[in-house]
Amino acid sequence: MTLGLFYFFAFIAIAGALGMLLNTKNTVAGALSLVATMISLGAIYVLLDAYLIGVLQIMVYAGAILVLFLFVVMLLNLRNDDFGAVGKLKPVVATLAAIALGAGFLSLLPGEFGPPQEVAAGFGGYRAVGAELFTDYLLAFEVTSLLLLSAMIGAVILAKRKID
Amino acid sequence: MIPITHAVALSGILFLLGVLGALTRRNLIAILMSIELMLNAVNLALVAFSRQWGNHSGQLFVLMVIVVAAAEVAVGLGIVLSLFRNRESVNVDDASLLKW
Repeated sequence: MTLGLFYFFAFIAIAGALGMLLNTKNTVAGALSLVATMISLGAIYVLLDAYLIGVLQIMVYAGAILVLFLFVVMLLNLRNDDFGAVGKLKPVVATLAAIALGAGFLSLLPGEFGPPQEVAAGFGGYRAVGAELFTDYLLAFEVTSLLLLSAMIGAVILAKRKID
Repeated sequence: MIPITHAVALSGILFLLGVLGALTRRNLIAILMSIELMLNAVNLALVAFSRQWGNHSGQLFVLMVIVVAAAEVAVGLGIVLSLFRNRESVNVDDASLLKW
């Protein structure tokens, strides 16, 4: 059952990524097929017992980041654009690079991992992840607030019409 | 139970599609979306290994990656907006001033 659901969502994720990659005519449709990829990845996280991350994936990626993309695409009125690949060499080089990378990935796969470890009942829930986040990873958590603040200031300054 | 090799294989496929998109597309917004796809592929591998070893650290790394991705998108789309104001285009070939 779990494995069947995993294959279902994996198929949707790959189909959405391919839709984003191959759709060079309509940026809005590309962004929407990426939403399908993000949501099915959230479902796969839940299947992998990462409940909190699954919820955050749907809220942050499908809810916030992709909406921001759609917002900019519609603000700039880019509904129909045709910026596909230019030149004949570039796709060939990119495909060769991807094949080399893929061969590297595949050579790592046959390693012996064994069955997954047994985990306690609350694994991946907000209680267990939050307890670890606010003790062992407290410094990293605090630093992300600085990162988000500087990104916010940078985005406002970059999007300003005129820099004084 | 999902075998970890299947999850890592899916992560590898998504990462490859992201690399292909980032290298071949000319639309700046499409390149940013491909980078998001690559970050998501890495997140999937981290979550899968976190489940495999029964350790939460991978999931906390994913939280940090999500924060960085949100910051990256905010700044990246700000750059797209100011590029569009200056060049009337989001084609990366129109912004080649620093290219040799």
